[in-house]
Amino acid sequence: MADTPSTPPKIKAAKKMRDLMTTYYLEALSAAQNHRQVAWITSGGPVEPLVAMDIIPVYPENHGAMIGSAKMGEDLCAKAEDMGYSGDLCAYARADIACAVVRGGPIGGLPKPDMLICCNNICGTVLKWYEIQARYFQVPLFILDTPVCHTGYTPEIEAYVKAQVHAYIAFLEQVTGKKMDPAKMNAVGRLSYEGQRLWQQVLNTTAHKPSPMSAFDAFFFLALIVTLRGTQIAVDFYKELIAELEQRIHDGIGVVPGETYRLLWDNLPVWHRLKWLSDRFSAHQACLVADTYTSAWCGALKYMDENNFLDSMAQAYTRIYLNIGVDEMAEEVLKMIRFYDVNGLVMHSNRSCKPYSFGQMDIMRIVREKTGIPVLMIEADMVDPRSFSQSQAETRIDAFMEIIKQKRARP
Amino acid sequence: MKEIKPFHEAANPLSDTAARIRQTGRKIIGYPCSYAPEELIHAAGCHPMRLFSSGHGIVQAENHLQSYCCSVVRGILEDSLAGRLDFLDGTVFPHTCDSMQRLSDIWRMNGAYAFFADLVLPVTLNTPSSAAYLESVLARFKADLETALEISITDADLAASIALFNRIRTHLSFIHDFYSRHPGLIRGSDMNALIKGAMIMDRDEAVTLLADVAASLRHMPVPDTPVKRVVLAGSVCDTPDLFDTVEAAGGAVVGDDLCTGQRWFDRLVPEDQPPLTALANRYRERVICPSKHTGLTTRADHLISLVNHTRAHGVLFVMLKFCDPHAFDYPYLKECLDAKGIKSMALEMDDGHWNQGQFSTRIETFIHML
Repeated sequence: MADTPSTPPKIKAAKKMRDLMTTYYLEALSAAQNHRQVAWITSGGPVEPLVAMDIIPVYPENHGAMIGSAKMGEDLCAKAEDMGYSGDLCAYARADIACAVVRGGPIGGLPKPDMLICCNNICGTVLKWYEIQARYFQVPLFILDTPVCHTGYTPEIEAYVKAQVHAYIAFLEQVTGKKMDPAKMNAVGRLSYEGQRLWQQVLNTTAHKPSPMSAFDAFFFLALIVTLRGTQIAVDFYKELIAELEQRIHDGIGVVPGETYRLLWDNLPVWHRLKWLSDRFSAHQACLVADTYTSAWCGALKYMDENNFLDSMAQAYTRIYLNIGVDEMAEEVLKMIRFYDVNGLVMHSNRSCKPYSFGQMDIMRIVREKTGIPVLMIEADMVDPRSFSQSQAETRIDAFMEIIKQKRARP
Repeated sequence: MKEIKPFHEAANPLSDTAARIRQTGRKIIGYPCSYAPEELIHAAGCHPMRLFSSGHGIVQAENHLQSYCCSVVRGILEDSLAGRLDFLDGTVFPHTCDSMQRLSDIWRMNGAYAFFADLVLPVTLNTPSSAAYLESVLARFKADLETALEISITDADLAASIALFNRIRTHLSFIHDFYSRHPGLIRGSDMNALIKGAMIMDRDEAVTLLADVAASLRHMPVPDTPVKRVVLAGSVCDTPDLFDTVEAAGGAVVGDDLCTGQRWFDRLVPEDQPPLTALANRYRERVICPSKHTGLTTRADHLISLVNHTRAHGVLFVMLKFCDPHAFDYPYLKECLDAKGIKSMALEMDDGHWNQGQFSTRIETFIHML
C-alpha cells in the first residue's frame, strides 16, 4: 500500500440517534404509567395507523437486532429451546419468546403489549410467533394478510388487502375505544412518506465514491425509519443525517480508508459480528456500500401516494422486497449493482430467515450471468452465533477478495 | 386384502401410474399440498397428482436450496430437476409455508413443464374479506386452467368432479373410522397407502377400489387384541415403517392430524352451493394446517378433540426437520396435551429417512409408557 489513509471521523448523527432511540424506549417502557397503549408490530407492518392513534409501536424484531448486537442471542435462543422450540427456528422469534418469559435482553424485556399487529409481508414465521405471544400475553391479535406477489399484484389481492386496512382501523378503534382522526392519519401518512423518501436519500449517498457511510452504518441508522416512521422526529433526523453525509462527500471523506472495492450485501446483518465483518472487509479496502435489507423501508415508495396514504397503503405494504418473486428480487439486486457500481455481491445465507435465503442461489446465478461480478455466500445467523464459523467466514472472505482484486488487476 | 395392493403400487414406480393416466388422454398436474383444489384440475380434464419426495439423494437441488430447507421441499425439487417428474404437464403451488413459497419461485424460474400456477390462498381463513379473496383466487385458477388448456370448465363439470372427490372422501372417512374403531383389521401402513395412493392414482379407479375396500371391511372378522391407541400429528408422513414399528410395539395409529392423512379428506365440499363458493367453504371449514389461521387455539382444540374422539392413549408428533410452522406450534400443543394428562412424544425426522434402530427404541418406550 502506497499510503495508509487515516481513520475517517465518525458520523456525528450516531450519538443523536442513540439518544432518540433511548428516549423512544423509555417512553415505551413507561407507557402504562402514562396511560398509553403499546402495540407490538412486525417490522414490515403498517405502523402509521398506530402512530395516528397515539399507540406506541414496539418492534420485537428491532429488539431482536439489539439482542444480537449485545451478544445476548445465544442464551435467549437456548432458553427458547429449553421451552421446546426447535433450534432451527428464526432466532428473532426464539429470542423474543424467551425474553417475554425471563424479562431478559439488553433493556430487561419489552413493555407488555396491549395488542399485537402481525403483517405477514415478510414471512410466515411472524404469524406463528405472534400467535404464541398473543396466547402468552392474552391480548388481541390483528393479522394483516398480504398475499405473496409471485408474479405481480392482482386486483384480487388489492381488494383483499384494502378490506383488511379498514378492518385494521376498526380493530384499533375497538381496542382503544377511540375513533381515528382522518386528518391526523393523513398527516402521519405524509410524514411516513417523507421519512421514507429521506431514508432513500440517505442510502443513495453511498453511490458516491468514496462512500460516506457503509451498509454497516445503514444497519444502525435503520432503527429510526423502522420504529419512528410517520413522525417528525424521523424526518428531522434524516434531514440532519443527509446534510452530514453530503458534507462528508463534499470533504471527500470515505468511511473505508482508501476505498478501492465496493460491495453489495444481501439479507439481514449478522448482528453479533457487525464490527468483525466491517473490519474484515475494510482490511481489504472494501466497503459494503449498500444492501438489500435496509432499502426494504423505502423500496415501496413508488406505490405510495403521500396525499392518500391509507388508500395506497395496501399496495405499498404488499409489494415489498420479501413479498415478491425471486426473479423480481434478482432484478432489484441487479439495479442496485448498477446504481452503486459494486465489484462484488456478498450474500448472507441466514439460517433464521428462509424467505430471504431460499432463492439466493438462483439470484447468485442470475447476477453472475448478467454482470460477471464475483458472489460470496456466507453461512450465518442474524442473532444466534452458534450457526457461525468465524474462521471459515474469514477464509472465504479473503478468497473472495483475492478474486475481486485479480479481476480488477486484469485489463 | 387384494383391493389395497394397487394403492401400495401407485407410487412404485410413479412413472408407470403416470403413463397409464396419460393413456386416458388426461394431462397430469402435480401439486405439493393438501390445499390444492383437485376438483378444479379434474374438472379441466386433467389428473391432479400429489407430489411426494421420492427420497433420492439431493444432488441438483443443492444448487437451489440450502441444507436448512426441509426434505420435502428439497426432495420434490430434486425429483423435478433429475427428470423423475417428466411426465408432468404442469404444477400448481398453493401458498403455505415460507419454504414452499420460495420453491414455487425456483420451480417457475427453472420451469420444465407447460403449465404453472401459484395459488396464493389467504393465511387467515376466518374473516369476511378472506372468504371473498379465497373464492376469487379459485376463480382465477379456473380461468388460468381454461386459458392454458383452451377449454371451458362448466358448473356441471365442476359439480361432477366435486361429487367424485366427495365420494373418495366419504369412502376414506368410512374406512378410516372403521379401522380406527377396530385396529388390526388392516395394517396402519395399508391405511397410509390407501390415502397416499388415492392422491396419486386415477380417481375413477380410486373411488371404485375404495368402495370395494369399504365393502370388504364390513365382512372381515373384527380383531379383539388390545392395543395402545396413538394419534399422529405433523405435516406429512410418508413412512410406512412408522406404522409397522408402532404396531410391533403393541400400538396402533387410530387417528391423525396430517396433511397426508385425515386433513386431506376432512369435510365434504357442499354440493348445494355454487361450486367455487363450495370449494372455498370447504377450505374455510376444514381442519387447518399451522400455516393457516382461524384462531389462537384452533389446532390444540382439534388435536384434543381428535384424541378424545379416537380414545387415543397418546400423541406421537412426527416433526419434519426444518418445518417452521409445525415446530412453532409444537410446544403449545404439547403443553395443552400435558394439561389434559395426554402423553406425547416428538420424533424429528427427514422425509423418507427412517432411522430404524433409534426410532424403534423410542417408539417402544413410548408405547409401553401409555
